[in-house]
Amino acid sequence: MIPEIGNFALMVATAVALVLGTLPIVGAARGNVRWMAMARPAARVMFLLVVVAASCLVSSFLHDDFSVVYVASNSMRALPIQYKLAAFWGGHEGSMLLWLLILSFWMFAVSVFSTHLPREMIARILGVMGLIALGFLLFIILTSNPFERLLPAAADGNELNPLLQDPGMVAHPPMLYMGYVGFSVAFAFAIAALLGGNLDATWARWSRPWTTVAWTFLTIGICLGSAWAYYTLGWGGWWFWDPVENASFMPWLAGTALMHSLAVTEKRSGFKVWTVLLAIFAFSLSLLGTFLVRSGVLTSVHAFASDPRRGVFILLFLGVVIGGSLALFAWRAPKVGLGERFELVSRESMLLTNNVLFLGAAACVLLGTLYPLALDALGMGKISVGPPYFDTVFVPLMAPALFLMGIGPLARWRKANLPEIAARLKWAAGVSVLVAIAVPLIEGRWSFLVAGGILLATWIVSSSATNLWSRVRPGQGGSIGAKLAALPRGYLGMLAAHVGVAVFIVGITLVKGYEVEKDVRMDTGDTVALGPYTARFVGTTEGSGPNYLYLRGQFDILRGDKVVRTMFPEKRQFVSKSEPMTNAAIAPSITGDLYISMGEAVSQSAWVVRVYYKPFVDWIWGGCLIMACGGVLALSDRRYRLERRVGQAALGAAAASA
Amino acid sequence: MVAAGLASAGVAATLVVNAFRSNLVFFFTPSQIAADEAPRNRAFRIGGLVENGSVHRDGTTVNFMVTDTAKSVPVAYVGILPDLFREGKGVVAQGRLESDGVFHASEVLAKHDENYMPPEAAEALKRARGGQPDSTATLVVAQPGANAANAVTSTAAGTPPGGSKQ
Repeated sequence: MIPEIGNFALMVATAVALVLGTLPIVGAARGNVRWMAMARPAARVMFLLVVVAASCLVSSFLHDDFSVVYVASNSMRALPIQYKLAAFWGGHEGSMLLWLLILSFWMFAVSVFSTHLPREMIARILGVMGLIALGFLLFIILTSNPFERLLPAAADGNELNPLLQDPGMVAHPPMLYMGYVGFSVAFAFAIAALLGGNLDATWARWSRPWTTVAWTFLTIGICLGSAWAYYTLGWGGWWFWDPVENASFMPWLAGTALMHSLAVTEKRSGFKVWTVLLAIFAFSLSLLGTFLVRSGVLTSVHAFASDPRRGVFILLFLGVVIGGSLALFAWRAPKVGLGERFELVSRESMLLTNNVLFLGAAACVLLGTLYPLALDALGMGKISVGPPYFDTVFVPLMAPALFLMGIGPLARWRKANLPEIAARLKWAAGVSVLVAIAVPLIEGRWSFLVAGGILLATWIVSSSATNLWSRVRPGQGGSIGAKLAALPRGYLGMLAAHVGVAVFIVGITLVKGYEVEKDVRMDTGDTVALGPYTARFVGTTEGSGPNYLYLRGQFDILRGDKVVRTMFPEKRQFVSKSEPMTNAAIAPSITGDLYISMGEAVSQSAWVVRVYYKPFVDWIWGGCLIMACGGVLALSDRRYRLERRVGQAALGAAAASA
Repeated sequence: MVAAGLASAGVAATLVVNAFRSNLVFFFTPSQIAADEAPRNRAFRIGGLVENGSVHRDGTTVNFMVTDTAKSVPVAYVGILPDLFREGKGVVAQGRLESDGVFHASEVLAKHDENYMPPEAAEALKRARGGQPDSTATLVVAQPGANAANAVTSTAAGTPPGGSKQ
């Protein structure tokens, strides 16, 4: 019964989405107030219906209803309850429903928070989002229905993929989708502005917090995915340039460009056309990413082609959304105007360079991701594009962007003075060079890669500090504390995010430069040197977890003669699976991780073991989290808070009337 | 300014294309290698099944044969193999063919799903059988993350986000 309710809710939601996607937009074009007024209630009803559908699926998982194909495929009785919940998005159908749920959540949020927007604007925004929702609803109902029944019902489910039974994986997909789908808001704002022909600073100010919030979620989502890969896959890698990762990274690059471009549009009314185009790109890449990962096209172009309903639908949908929005752009963009002029050396020109570099990077990732697929689809052979391509392309593209990160925030709008900036940054430059030379010398092995990375990271931090100091320097207008408190949160958020990038760079450079990776045969009592430590293999024990058996190795970590830590990597045998899984043991610390994973037994007591020392690896994710904190800080800026206060009043009213 | 912009865009594009071309990794089947079609001084990928009874471990070095059922190639690898590496299962390896005729793998990929056949491995078997799509279970290209789905239904499901790392 419950799955049928879910199914029914999805069908009603489709009807609502159809109304939402047409009447308010037509109403806005014709000036029909009643049609426009339908946008808000329709968006809220739609959110309610999708929540009902999602709850039905959750309930089926919690009740072990194995008469539902999707539940039987992704869950089992013995699965711990948190993974029964996470199994919701463990497969294709549920992921699509999660996408839809988050989209309707964003629609609801827009309908609640954007009380100050003109009637036409809100009607168009929600209408556009309604159309996107309609596409997803049809896709779910026609090709990927999570409520499909299995008759006769299975006695027990097939279990969630053990790799996904992990706290990081519980949170990763929702975070990632909050980001992906969050760009639909910026996209809808852009399309609404194109339809209405009014793109101004106010539009950018409305659009900015939505973009920042989506970017923040996406940053956290990618960070969680990378950390998950590091600690579950047992290889000690944190980024593989795998198409699945690239799929999430491309929208991030475009979204980062969009955030910076929106700043120009808000402050200087510049880059209008460009900003709109970036909003379209960011969302198009989000859609592409979702479908790349979800359609099975990455695993095999032929598998994709063998289920033509999904494939055709996906291509059509992508074609309509991307093609339609670009066509609209071509038609309407000339009316928007170019905005204020600026000089060659100005904050605008530097932000433009940032934009071009980020978009170039996104294009390179797109090429490396899609080219092998295209070749395969055309039957021209199988190739793969290795990580060296991405590494070679990324370093020269990102280095200038990182350099500009130090200068841009100090440059004036419209016309900046280079000698003046150089004079202000001379200390920052000096410190950066010194640190860049000192770090490889202290680590004991010279490397240009490390020196370059540290140079840029220190440059970002020291120039950000210079920037901050120039704003809070004692003198007229109060004490340091008072000035600090008076600084706009948006500005502090920008600095925090930039420092996050620096921390991230320190992490990747030092890991790349000084990691120790050893695959060794170890018998009981054998030791192996590992950076400043020594690891000693003590032996193995056996035992069982909730739905698996394990074989656990014990390793003592010595510093000198003293045991400072004991680590327990495991081989796990899940009950329902025939293959074992490796569970690495990681001893994290701020200066570096020890990472041990069990390979295979080569004799009664000897094992091949993977032992790694990863200096500063946690800085990679720490940097991402600092970037995300920067996003949150920027969101708390007072000029958005004023709007939110109005929004919260509306939320209170909505809650009271519900 | 426009000229400078175009010039730097041109330089960037050249760099990208060069990096792209020099880092394309081609794929060869054991039969192609037997026919001497594979390059000798360039890294490439091979795919197929790990031949039954061919895996020998000596300390950290592993030797095994990769077969497409028609021909086999000896492979040497130093290090730890993925959990899903098994005799009789699909495998993809990246490395170089040395003068001793042994493929020295720098990387062995086996995706994290027991029912999953790496596309390259499936391709190798298909070609060895004369390009006919095979109807046996081993050739059904399953999707990672969809092991369960394949067992109860024929519906194809995709990978989880971030879920198909090797």
